[in-house]
Amino acid sequence: MTGPRSAVQALLASRPDQARAQAFLAGRRIPVVEGSSVTFLWNGQADGVNLRHWVYGLESATALTRLEGTTLWHLTLEIPAGSRVEYKFEVWRSGGSTWVEDPLNPNRARDPFGHNSVLQAEGYQAPGWSRPDPLARPGTLEPLAFDSPTLGRRTGHLYLPARFRRSRQYPLLVVHDGSDYLNYTGLKTVLDNLIHRLEIPDLVVALTDSPDRLREYANDAGHARYLTEELLPHLASRFPLVDRPQARCLMGASFGAVGALSTAWRYPGRWGRLLLQSGSFAFTDIGTHNRRGPLFDQVVGFVNEFRGEPRAVSERVFVSCGMYESLIYENRSLVPLLGATGMDVRFVEARDGHNWENWRDRLREGLSWLFPGPLMLVYE
Amino acid sequence: MPAAVVLLGAQRFDPTLGEAVAELGVRGRIAVVTAGWQEREDEDQDLQEHLQGRTVNLRLHALGEQLFREDPELRKAHRERQLALRVRRDFYRIRLEHALEADRVVRHRAPPPDIAEEQARASAEAVRALDADFLRSCARLRAEFEARWTPADRPAVVRHRQALAELVDGCDAVAIAGGNVATLLNRVSLFGLTPLLRHKPVFAWSGGAMVASERVVLFHDQPPQGPGAPELLDEGLGLVPGLVLFPQPEERLDLTRRDRVQNLAQRFAPARCLALPARSRVTWRDGALGSAHGVLELLGDGGHRPLRPGAEAAP
Repeated sequence: MTGPRSAVQALLASRPDQARAQAFLAGRRIPVVEGSSVTFLWNGQADGVNLRHWVYGLESATALTRLEGTTLWHLTLEIPAGSRVEYKFEVWRSGGSTWVEDPLNPNRARDPFGHNSVLQAEGYQAPGWSRPDPLARPGTLEPLAFDSPTLGRRTGHLYLPARFRRSRQYPLLVVHDGSDYLNYTGLKTVLDNLIHRLEIPDLVVALTDSPDRLREYANDAGHARYLTEELLPHLASRFPLVDRPQARCLMGASFGAVGALSTAWRYPGRWGRLLLQSGSFAFTDIGTHNRRGPLFDQVVGFVNEFRGEPRAVSERVFVSCGMYESLIYENRSLVPLLGATGMDVRFVEARDGHNWENWRDRLREGLSWLFPGPLMLVYE
Repeated sequence: MPAAVVLLGAQRFDPTLGEAVAELGVRGRIAVVTAGWQEREDEDQDLQEHLQGRTVNLRLHALGEQLFREDPELRKAHRERQLALRVRRDFYRIRLEHALEADRVVRHRAPPPDIAEEQARASAEAVRALDADFLRSCARLRAEFEARWTPADRPAVVRHRQALAELVDGCDAVAIAGGNVATLLNRVSLFGLTPLLRHKPVFAWSGGAMVASERVVLFHDQPPQGPGAPELLDEGLGLVPGLVLFPQPEERLDLTRRDRVQNLAQRFAPARCLALPARSRVTWRDGALGSAHGVLELLGDGGHRPLRPGAEAAP
């Protein structure tokens, strides 16, 4: 006995003409998700079509096959439930190729480089708390400008929770690549919602930007000094902040995560909370040159040093990483070292890649663990 | 002790307080504590309407802020005490999570029955010992604070307590709303509310009911940061001895999880663990429970049943 054929299998087996192939697409969610079987479809004239995705572990370019007698191209892959995959199509015509988003898929993700199409595999749902909630009182966002003696003029944004009061004291969250977090994870909406749901406390959030992030986030002494000895006292003079390490968190993704950990490393005990997303924690077991190239040399030096002599630099560390990014290896390697120092560490893996929506989707878990809100205290 | 204490479920969407007030024959004014609503304690229009405008809001939250402005030394001392409590609670929580995890693992092993029972008892006792130790440290901290700063003798405190006593004296009953239980407990303790409740009916709902009990247990089966471990906040006012209260079970307790229900019931025994869903209520009077509607009792075998006031304590 064989099970019922999937809709895609049935279509392919029926040797459809152009009209039937076209009709198959009408009203259908594309890519077609049938259990763990996912079929990517592209319809149009082309000499060749490749699926381009950012899943480490699969071929980065996989060819779609044209359904004979039609302009429909197809590729079926096994994608585990819960996955989220960003992709584009590489369309070949007349010896040249262009990368395009999937015109049949309305799901898009933005990042600093543009848009990608998004496959949402079975079981994946964008979290409700990432969407604007009319019941959540909005916090305020104001420009942050600060003249750092070390780094010069720095800019970014400052988030203050709704009902901010000077008579109260607030924990502080400092976010690397703050504008990107605002633009690509909807961080303001997320903060508004999590505060409204009592899942995190009212927070003051400094969203900082760097004009030279690859250098400054890669264990740069000046940047660590700016954050800890300059920005922190400046914010403490402007706002009623809780003066305890447990109420100070550094957060960042990719190189931003390196910036967070390396700052805490240079100022142990000052930042009691760290939220590290898909950290670029490259290291070597021998030699000093990592396969990722010279951009990572500074990072490798830092991570090798940390791995050689791990010590507690914070109190509680949340680490997340996508299983479909190459950095999963480095992050999985780092977590036991962090834990062995006595720091309280939580590590979460997601079936996602190195992208902003992956980082968005982990914010609730990370922030509420680092800064539990009054949910446990409030019984209306 | 109060004349009677009526414990109620959440009142926010479908209030039953009016029915309870009528059942007890309270016709006059009712002093209301909404300090758990913190800065929003004045937003009590719905409550006023529900009780036909008979409420007198004691405004304990705002009064606390005023007191601290008037007595900055007390404010500083109070803040330091709260910080010390918070730090102790952080350590208590670390130990508790590990002890509960050990208890869970022990209960999942399958040794010979006599050993299983002995080990389960030992790990449960470890949790109970942690709870007791934490409560003792809270009480010690409070006693040290009282001895050093003598709040009851400080002029600003004395003045506010006298004014409150007059307000409460002019009312026939006192109602304690829910909200943030830490703030609520803090304010009713700061202003020494308990003696003012003598011989008056008290209506306490949700977090207010928790504060009225002997031990305030914080709980949530599914907080966003992972499986929640019920933990003690502090001693409550002790108006209803022998009860541990769990309001909003609809959102906070998974009553189908027998292991969790069993843990709660056994951990706090011989106290009775009562869940207070919306529209539920029960009256405590003369050391006994009566007039119960919709209250659930958590049982030592992991089950639950509607509260039978006259029944023996749960096994």
